[in-house]
Amino acid sequence: MEGPSSASQDWAIEVQGLTKSFGTHLALRGVDLMVRRGDYVVIFGPNGAGKTTLIKVLATIIKPSSGNVRVAGFNVRDSPVQSRRKIGVVSHQTFLYDNLTALENLKFYGRMYDVPNLEERIHEIITKVGLASCLHRQVRTLSRGMQQRLSIARAVLHRPSIMLLDEPETGLDQYATAMLREVLDVLSAGEGTVVMTTHRLEYGLKMGDHVAIMAEGRIAYSKSKQSLDVDSLRQTYYRLTGTAR
Amino acid sequence: MKKFLGKVLAILWKDILAELRTRDIVVSVLVFALLVIVIFNFAFEPERVGLVACGVLWVALTFAGVLGLSRSFVLEKDKGCLEGLMLCPVDGDVIYFGKMVGNLSFMLIVAIIVLPILFILFNLPIFRPELVLIVVLATIGFASVGTLFSALAVNTKAREIMLPMLFFPIVTPVIIAAVKASGIVLQGGSLSNLSIWLQVMAAFDIIFLVVSSLVFQFIIEE
Amino acid sequence: MRSNILLGLSFLLMVAALYLVFIYVPTEKEMGIVQRIFYLMVPMGWLALLAFLIVFIGSILYLVKRESRWDILAHSSAEVGIVFTTLTLIVGSIWAKPVWGVWWTWEPRLTSTLVLWLIYVAYLMVRSLAADESQGARFAAVVGIIGFIDIPIVVLATTLWRGMHPGPIIFQGGLAPSMLLTLLVSIAAFTTLYFCLLGRRIGLREAEAEIRKMSQD
Repeated sequence: MEGPSSASQDWAIEVQGLTKSFGTHLALRGVDLMVRRGDYVVIFGPNGAGKTTLIKVLATIIKPSSGNVRVAGFNVRDSPVQSRRKIGVVSHQTFLYDNLTALENLKFYGRMYDVPNLEERIHEIITKVGLASCLHRQVRTLSRGMQQRLSIARAVLHRPSIMLLDEPETGLDQYATAMLREVLDVLSAGEGTVVMTTHRLEYGLKMGDHVAIMAEGRIAYSKSKQSLDVDSLRQTYYRLTGTAR
Repeated sequence: MKKFLGKVLAILWKDILAELRTRDIVVSVLVFALLVIVIFNFAFEPERVGLVACGVLWVALTFAGVLGLSRSFVLEKDKGCLEGLMLCPVDGDVIYFGKMVGNLSFMLIVAIIVLPILFILFNLPIFRPELVLIVVLATIGFASVGTLFSALAVNTKAREIMLPMLFFPIVTPVIIAAVKASGIVLQGGSLSNLSIWLQVMAAFDIIFLVVSSLVFQFIIEE
Repeated sequence: MRSNILLGLSFLLMVAALYLVFIYVPTEKEMGIVQRIFYLMVPMGWLALLAFLIVFIGSILYLVKRESRWDILAHSSAEVGIVFTTLTLIVGSIWAKPVWGVWWTWEPRLTSTLVLWLIYVAYLMVRSLAADESQGARFAAVVGIIGFIDIPIVVLATTLWRGMHPGPIIFQGGLAPSMLLTLLVSIAAFTTLYFCLLGRRIGLREAEAEIRKMSQD
């Protein structure tokens, strides 16, 4: 079994020359992305730019066609299971079972991740997302916003050090958005790394401290927020994506 | 090994919980199996139905089984749960065995209810315990490849047609063996006549449990 | 160039096989003229198996290496295999008519050929119904593996199933040397034809992929 190499200790995510093709369709055409531990990276891009594919490759559920991808120090091609232990994913889908209660859903995922002291951990996390009173309700009876909050609880249940968020704001109500921020703030205070995709500039700029723009399967622009001129980012974004305001 | 089993059981348990709540799969499959039996009664002369009873039993169980199998991964696809499962730090074979054991249990429950009803409706001689062994072996065979193809079909554009198209030709040896073996049992045949058919089913079960668990990963990944 | 040599060789062997089958080899005593169809049926059945073995190998290599050439090999071989399986079924029916008096009988060889045909039709269907090409290739590879492993079990089950009352066998006793020669030449002719067709199909498919790539860039 391969352990994290010492050289890559600083890097939560290392992507070099990543390509992914679905048959003759090229979704990713050579992505390079290095994310330091504790960074909060926001990736902008229009639909079809390859954002979701990139997140899925980082989450180890899509195999790269070529290139080198290491997440939490582990190569996603050879040891995806080790990477997965460190990853939490929030997407616009909740990954929750409709006919199970909130508690049963969390218990199921907790057992799959070998979460120690599961009962306590569930109690702790469910209180944090403000759903303690709904623990025994079936997921389908919960509102959309509540389901999204529960899905955040599910994603952080196993204390991941890397959070991957694929357009999390779609379907989140204001409360859940605030909740997500709070959870992520706690996480990044403790060396947690976040990679988020979105196509909404304002939202993304509020959240991240590194920004990148994806277009046509490549990272076309990448800068840290300190050195960032918002207007130039905006212009670049609109130029690259061909969308007018 | 203990962790492997624990996670297989976790998947099984969540499927059982969901099924207990909705009774989606077992009830629909059971009703369908009974419908097949009733329709067969009209297709043959009632006096001669006793002769084809084994055939009727296995046609009902395979057709109903394929219906239940097709539901199995539809539930996972609903809220992206299959993706949620794939994100878990487990290998593909854990997911395969978890789903397979669930499908197997649901199909066995249906078979346990259908068998006595068939005996009563067709006025067959008393029950023989060998039948249970035949049903178990055949159902494992169905569930082994059925789970694999169910996961495959749910990702295609025509999932309702894809599963039976793949499932029926592959399980023909099991159907032949099951019909023959239960025929021998109902006619009071000896165990030595029976054993060759049990061996065919056991071989099929073992081979396809191993192979399916090995290739399942390639079905769910992208 | 190489494929033309193969094509020529296949043509010569085919002419030789036709001569041997229809003129050289003596008519079998028990079954008469209809027995000659055997020299077509056996090579076709053998080719179907060979083609599906290639599908099996191509499928495994594709899943392990993820190089599209293995998928192209498996896909092309499956198509050629389906053609030969269909021909086997047709020729089998023609043979069954004078021998058993019916066009179709659930004789083990015919039955397992039919099951084989159904499996590989499903194999081709999976490709056309998959969401995208690479998914179709992966799914088809899985079916190609499962299907081939199933073949011996299907043959075993159908043989045992009909085993109680054996149908007429083609030969009483062994093969006469002239018959063996005819059979071997015929098998050689069909095998070269298979590799010819396979090569052509692969070439066509590679060209198709090339064109699609060009139109995308």
